[in-house]
Amino acid sequence: MTEAVHTALRGLFGDRISAPVTLGPSIHATFDPLITRELFTALRDREDLAFHHLSFVSGVDRGDAFEVVYGLDSYRRRDTLLLKARLDRQSPKIASIHDLYEGAGWHERETFDLFGIEFEGHPDLRRLLMPDDWEGFPLRKDYQEAASYHGIPTSRTARTDGRPA
Amino acid sequence: MDKEKLDAYLDPLSGTGYALLTRASRLFNLPRLHSLWYLLFSPACCGIELMQTGGVRTDLDRFGMVFRATPRQSDLMIVGGTVTYKMAERVQLLYRQMAEPRYVIAMGACANCGGLFDRSYAVLKGVDLVVPVDIYIPGCPPRPEALVEGMRRIQSLIKGEDWGRTVRRRRPLEIGEAR
Repeated sequence: MTEAVHTALRGLFGDRISAPVTLGPSIHATFDPLITRELFTALRDREDLAFHHLSFVSGVDRGDAFEVVYGLDSYRRRDTLLLKARLDRQSPKIASIHDLYEGAGWHERETFDLFGIEFEGHPDLRRLLMPDDWEGFPLRKDYQEAASYHGIPTSRTARTDGRPA
Repeated sequence: MDKEKLDAYLDPLSGTGYALLTRASRLFNLPRLHSLWYLLFSPACCGIELMQTGGVRTDLDRFGMVFRATPRQSDLMIVGGTVTYKMAERVQLLYRQMAEPRYVIAMGACANCGGLFDRSYAVLKGVDLVVPVDIYIPGCPPRPEALVEGMRRIQSLIKGEDWGRTVRRRRPLEIGEAR
């Protein structure tokens, strides 16, 4: 069954998606962020793909670039697809798919919250887990923890009142 | 009252009456320490052990300890679990809603010092950074026996207090004020 996915994706998007590789139970591929909308529309609507379930959207900090990872399932064909897109580290941006897969909304907010990746077209891209006034994106490799949050020290050894620890 | 009459009161065999002499603070402490109502509040997995402590094996009810669903009726807050910075301010809000005299138990490694989440960007490194803590219970999570021991120690703490004078033991902490 996975053969069908390989040929369909390469046939539709050619060089803008890497040749899908089957690793264990799932198919892996990397795609050009410019085709995000077309790709996910095809994955959802085409009968030979039929990836109706988006299980997660997440991010990875690779040091030189960010990766957005999408996990999709096809219940009908019992396939799992892992799609990755590499984004520029300076201004990581990718199109939102919240209207194609409704479940993507909160996942995109979480990825924005922790990695600072911007999902263009998302209707409500606010922080999801961290407090609204949090500074920085904690899962970035270069994240530096602040000494205090709202006056609460973030370490037991560094005191805010000047007394020795 | 002359001495003869007082002796008669104090002698249980005389038949005229029965009196017991004690200090007012001890008398008031007795019901206080036997009706220690705790706030049913647990941010993480220590809550499971907290529920078990209220269950049949350890049975907190026999000490007069029952849970309350609101801080306004509680004497004791058991912080059972991991507190994030987002939650820390809520913990402080709950603490401020409790009436004096109030007591706090830090239950488990996370509430004591951050525990397993020592390197986390989101977890408070010990609940004593936001509220004053009376008893620290180690463990991950502590067994119900350990929590009962902690609550018995809160009772002995109350026993030593002088009613009307030393009950208000500590002023509440300001946010970020380290102890």
